[in-house]
Amino acid sequence: MTREREALPDKIAIDMTPMIDVVFQLITFFMLTLKDVSVEGDFDIKMPLGPSQGAVQDDLLPPIRVKMTAAADGSRAGLSMNGQPVGDFDELRRRIVDLVGTGPGSNADKAEVELDCDYDLAYDNVVGAITAVSGMVQPDGTIVELVKKIKFTPPKKPQ
Amino acid sequence: MARKGGGEPSKTDIDMTPMIDVTFQLITFFVFTLNFSEAVRDDRIKLPTSQLAKPAEAPPPDPITLQVMRDGRAIYAGEPVNMRDIGGYLENERRVLLAAGKEPGGATVIIRGDGDAKTGMVQDLVKACQEKGFERFVLRAQYDEPR
Repeated sequence: MTREREALPDKIAIDMTPMIDVVFQLITFFMLTLKDVSVEGDFDIKMPLGPSQGAVQDDLLPPIRVKMTAAADGSRAGLSMNGQPVGDFDELRRRIVDLVGTGPGSNADKAEVELDCDYDLAYDNVVGAITAVSGMVQPDGTIVELVKKIKFTPPKKPQ
Repeated sequence: MARKGGGEPSKTDIDMTPMIDVTFQLITFFVFTLNFSEAVRDDRIKLPTSQLAKPAEAPPPDPITLQVMRDGRAIYAGEPVNMRDIGGYLENERRVLLAAGKEPGGATVIIRGDGDAKTGMVQDLVKACQEKGFERFVLRAQYDEPR
């Protein structure tokens, strides 16, 4: 059963050149503005100058003092928590968990960490330490929050 | 001087439809990946990574982005500035906030420090902000997928 084709009407020629020009301009623009889409996130830190104002919280635990010393090249030479040496950030996290606990009845809300860093220490280590004390990622991807209150000791200019 | 056109050769019809389809797909892709809110990102800064650096659900109030390069200079409004000059720029920010009827303490200073920058430099920057009345800080890090 062949269908008889009707004679097609004369084609109307549309000049595509301007549209294609514009479309390529758009592509070029978007390609040049495309950037690496890595995800960035934040750590909140509240640091007023001087002693904190407002209501004094009596139920705060004494601050956990995390000290990091720097080697000459800025890498981390030493890490300690409350004066006791700690091997790495994973061990620091374990000690924080031991200290404040997790789940119901944890003292994480009342705890505060004070970071004491050498002036020349690479900033990587600060973020590493904040990551270690502020939470841990469970194997299923959920995050258990640990210490939220983090403060710094004043910067120590090298002599 | 009009140019005389010669006899036109018979036109070869090229079907443009697939090309235009692909081109629009490309445009759609680029439009969706374009993110204007990340305009502060700077290639001069290599952020430290963290597994807990999840993006904030809402942008912080009155954000001021300051970046610290590994050589110790800061980047303010896209331009590198010396750390000792940053106070003047922060004073301007403070005045703008006050003129808008806002307190500097309510603004958020976003600090994007290079992973190799000196911690003391970042702390100096924080101190300069504190002296101008800024209290809320966020330290920005790059999200690192847990392995």
